[in-house]
Amino acid sequence: MQVKVNSQDKAYAGDPQMPLMWFLRDELGLTGTKFGCGAGLCGACTVHVDGKAVRSCVTPMSAVSGHAVTTIEGLSSDGNHPVQKAWRAENVPQCGYCQPGQIMQAAALIAEKKGKPSEQEIYSTMSGNICRCGCYQRIFAAVKLAAQGA
Amino acid sequence: MKMEKFADQPVIENVSRRNVLKGVVASGGFVLAAQFVPSSAMAGFAYKTGADGMPGGAVWNPHVFISLDASGTVTIVTHRSEMGTGSRTSLPMVVADEMEADWSKVKIVQAPGDEQKYGNQDTDGSRSMRHFIQPMRACGAAARQMLEHAAAMTWGVSDTECKAQNHKVVHVPTGKSLGYGELAAAASALPTPKLETVELKNPSQFRYIGKGKVQITDLFNITTGRAIYAQDARVPGMKYAVIARPPVVLGQVVSFDEAAAMKVPGVIKVVKIARTPPPFKFGPLGGVAVIADSTWAALKGREALKVVWDDGPNKSYDSEAYKAALAETARKPGKVERNEGDIDKALAGADEVITNEYYVPHFSHATMEPPAAVARVSNGKAEIWACVQSPGGTRGDVAKTLGLSEADVTVNVTLLGGGFGRKSKCDFALEAAILSKDLGGTPVKVVWTREDDLHHGFYHSVSYQHVTAGLKNGKVVGWRHRSVSPSLMSNFMPDPHRESALELGLGLIDTPFNVPNLRLETGEAVAHTRIGWFRSVNNIPHAFAMQSMVAELAQKLGRDQKEFLLEMIGPARIVDPRSSTTSELWNYGDPFETYPVDTGRLRRVVEMVAEKADWGRKLPKGHGLGIAAHRSFLTYVATVVEVAVDEQGNVSVPRVDTCVDCGFAVNPERIRSQMEGAAVMGLSLAKHTQITFKNGRVQQNNFHDYKVLRIGEGAMDVRTHIYPNGIEVPSSGVGEPGVPPFAPAFTAAIFQATGKRIRNLPLADQLTA
Repeated sequence: MQVKVNSQDKAYAGDPQMPLMWFLRDELGLTGTKFGCGAGLCGACTVHVDGKAVRSCVTPMSAVSGHAVTTIEGLSSDGNHPVQKAWRAENVPQCGYCQPGQIMQAAALIAEKKGKPSEQEIYSTMSGNICRCGCYQRIFAAVKLAAQGA
Repeated sequence: MKMEKFADQPVIENVSRRNVLKGVVASGGFVLAAQFVPSSAMAGFAYKTGADGMPGGAVWNPHVFISLDASGTVTIVTHRSEMGTGSRTSLPMVVADEMEADWSKVKIVQAPGDEQKYGNQDTDGSRSMRHFIQPMRACGAAARQMLEHAAAMTWGVSDTECKAQNHKVVHVPTGKSLGYGELAAAASALPTPKLETVELKNPSQFRYIGKGKVQITDLFNITTGRAIYAQDARVPGMKYAVIARPPVVLGQVVSFDEAAAMKVPGVIKVVKIARTPPPFKFGPLGGVAVIADSTWAALKGREALKVVWDDGPNKSYDSEAYKAALAETARKPGKVERNEGDIDKALAGADEVITNEYYVPHFSHATMEPPAAVARVSNGKAEIWACVQSPGGTRGDVAKTLGLSEADVTVNVTLLGGGFGRKSKCDFALEAAILSKDLGGTPVKVVWTREDDLHHGFYHSVSYQHVTAGLKNGKVVGWRHRSVSPSLMSNFMPDPHRESALELGLGLIDTPFNVPNLRLETGEAVAHTRIGWFRSVNNIPHAFAMQSMVAELAQKLGRDQKEFLLEMIGPARIVDPRSSTTSELWNYGDPFETYPVDTGRLRRVVEMVAEKADWGRKLPKGHGLGIAAHRSFLTYVATVVEVAVDEQGNVSVPRVDTCVDCGFAVNPERIRSQMEGAAVMGLSLAKHTQITFKNGRVQQNNFHDYKVLRIGEGAMDVRTHIYPNGIEVPSSGVGEPGVPPFAPAFTAAIFQATGKRIRNLPLADQLTA
């Protein structure tokens, strides 16, 4: 099967049930997509498939055949997507492990809401992404800041 | 799988990667003259810390930590692990400031495990800044003096006419200058000055220290997915392993059938790992490993594996029954640990005697990055890449496990995706080392899944606290606190069956209350699982019980909670438990003279947080305020929590105010982030988290049944107030002390809002059921 990852065509011939996350991490070396729970519960593995946020740890390869996947590495060519910039402006990360997933989720939300997510939409959408360091206050501020700049 | 295509993956910059420092060495960096300065040199610092008592002590030699190349790039080695507290940024920032280096020209590299060279690396106990602000200031200041001296020699003038200023040395009388790059070769040939000749900056000259303007060094890499954690580490030729571990601690493999696992495409080998006999320290639990070409194949192989287990001596561990047993023990007299006055007489003569009991369950750290390590063991040498809090300790443990000398073991430290104490225990790195050796040197990555992490952790100790107070004429005349909790020392020695001096030191033995008759006791409790330190450790249950009891007594006496708390703390004074304790006082491993129990400071954070939070402010219906204060890790924290409880009993936390007195505040921005995170973790454990056992097995599996706080549930408005101290007040910890006061302030607020006392954590459905 063929899948587009960060605008590049990639071929895959293995187990169609293998989650996309392992293809990205083990086979393509795109380790910005993090392994947190393997069950779609924490959001650390969030990527975009055709622009929508999905949990790559529970998305089988068979489901992305012919689709376009964007990972944190491909979110912006220079690392300056408005969400990435907002994350830095607010000094969000502590350990940083969950942050690529948080950023991918926030970028999809802002794109979907055309830059105008309500506070409730931010909470309900971002609540799928766990941060054990407890950066939630700054994540919320960064999403709002990024939405203004979008 | 071919590795070439991953060539653009960023490398983990470790000092041991020769290519990183090659350029520096060639151009004559400080590192050329590396030498070891014994830690006895520490005697010259303004105050003593416990650093000297730690393995490796403290090293301040700039030849060890700083290299400077001809282009002017300053490379600073950071020797502590980064798990989110910011030490990887803050310690080099201290060096750079004293050195008058321009932060934009500073590069940071991570030290491998080598405590003889770098000093202690056990990133734990909120110690990094506490133990290393003085050595790192001296390190940077010595480098600055060496640069000034090099310039003076070049110009043939006196040192006193040369002044280092923002990455160059200026000849003050003429205004001419030489950049740090131009001085690199001359300066790096100089010996390290004696500590007594090193002049530290006047704090008014600080550019970065105390300002909170420096962003964390990994910020760009984190936000672009380039940051490398152990789960992300990749070594050419690497295989992947997952392990089926005994479901019960001290259980063992009876037999296993690997046939089905070996049929999974990609599975290479199935290997039995021996159980570490007790006391197991950080030794592997044992089990059966499945090694494969990919993580997915290894996981599928493990699913197909058939293992027969002998569950061993802990097979009937049951949290519900254990809680009842702890309660029964706590209701009987225990071993006296600290005694003042005559508690029995005081209680007998009291107008009223009040007893309350408090329970705190096991927790799992559940770091967002589950444990992981890569090992390559070949030709009598081992190289490890791991997310370990203690690379020095890991080096020793790997050497011992493999029968190598420490010199033949290299431990590279990746970033840690959370630590909270879990990654102080290097069992996962030892597993990787054993498997790579078994494969004859093929590198192996051991991947822990979330289920592995929750099932096979080192759990925060469960505890039961029984507190009795005697009231007479509206005053507390007697205070008796019994604490019953299995000890983490059971990992290291035959189970002591009660809290050790270390655990008593975690917020019980230093009970600061001004009560004439006081007795602290412990009861017997046997460990049936691996107990491990979890951010703040026993301070969590001790503070929960003490501060909850104060809140309950205030209510009983019709007193304002804050005023009554101040009365319980009493006048500003030094409380020295050594006069009334039978056990050794463990003061977080630091000298009592530097870090005494100072009730004046505890009072001050209470008063400051009350003022900042507008204590007593008018609240909407269904809201409540609670306050608590606690000294831990030699830092004083007071917290005011506001809760909102709706008609269904759902609790949210609209606002939190935290006041922290951590001595001199080196990096206020990271102190704030730690206090915000502590409120989230505090709320998470107060509201949701618990690990329970049935038939010796952990009952929780993943984040659906091990609930942790999610965004928007509360603690979204945490206001941190840092008590301003001068540099003369010794810096203390900030990673942990924010957590303990949260839960009792939270439950006191719930009482104000609802009239219901929560004495058993977590809250879970206690208000909604």
